[in-house]
Amino acid sequence: MATTYEAIATVTVGSGGAANIEFTSIPQTYTDLSVMLSLRTNRNTDSDFVEVTVNSNSSNYTYRYVRGSGSATESYTETLAFWEIHRANAATSTANTFGNINLYIPNYAGSTNKSAYYDGVNENNATTAYAYLGALLWSNTSAITSIKFEPGAGTTFNQYSTATLYGIKNS
Amino acid sequence: MPATYEPIATTTLGSAAATVSFTSISGSFTDLILITNSATGVNDIDVYVQVNSDTGTNYSWTRITGNGTAAASSRSSNSGLGFRIGNMSGSNVGQNNCIVQFQNYSNTTTYKTILARGNNPSLLVEAYVGLWRSTSAITSMDIKTQSGTFSTGSTFTLYGIKAA
Repeated sequence: MATTYEAIATVTVGSGGAANIEFTSIPQTYTDLSVMLSLRTNRNTDSDFVEVTVNSNSSNYTYRYVRGSGSATESYTETLAFWEIHRANAATSTANTFGNINLYIPNYAGSTNKSAYYDGVNENNATTAYAYLGALLWSNTSAITSIKFEPGAGTTFNQYSTATLYGIKNS
Repeated sequence: MPATYEPIATTTLGSAAATVSFTSISGSFTDLILITNSATGVNDIDVYVQVNSDTGTNYSWTRITGNGTAAASSRSSNSGLGFRIGNMSGSNVGQNNCIVQFQNYSNTTTYKTILARGNNPSLLVEAYVGLWRSTSAITSMDIKTQSGTFSTGSTFTLYGIKAA
């Protein structure tokens, strides 16, 4: 039987950091996409959000999340020029800690609007940390051919940050 | 290497339907994953999954949810509607998605549990834990709307995961 869950590409940030992580020329032969992220940025605080754009497009992105911080729960929504997903660890968080996010995009090659979701955590055994559940919508019917991740407030992803893009086939 | 994540069945609706069914589900996997990408054309419609055609009051669920302004949690016991797994709005079939994990679905000793994420970016983000109080192996499932129908073009895919 053909492999259903395949690694398409992976990026590990080298010394000096990286301003972004981008997957381009994404094959249109899968049904869904999943991106596993392990991220830390140089923002001068304990965590950072991550901006996501697809196809170099900068409009019609909505995100809606519910989160827990260890002491409170909150929910928020916004429509922006990118998806916000959460959260990367940042400069003042415990050394060697990275935030983890799983982004899942069903039917990415279809001709309908693209909804997606993410799970994100950034534990650090010190200051406030978060667990996020997020729903995403890109109100655009184009097939997704590229995905770009950028630090929200920092300027670079730190060395050893990783991102792996997987494709999932339904047949 | 043996495949551990395999497609079992997929359905793309050629016309609107109130129920989508997967039947004769093989018991040869360890867990099941259901992924939906759907719309209904009406705002705020819940999505349920009944298994083995069981309409008895044998389902319960607990959820955490966020509507964009507040977080909340709620639960339901002794429900006959099935596992609640998410919510839909809008008429574009790409607008909403659900992912459901059925753990150890084919054993005949324990009650069955699920974890689900319901993603309606226009209205709600939800996470569910569900329980079906039956020791029967899950061999079929009916995915249903609270009311109305799933829109034409909605997709439903069932995957199986093997532990070994």
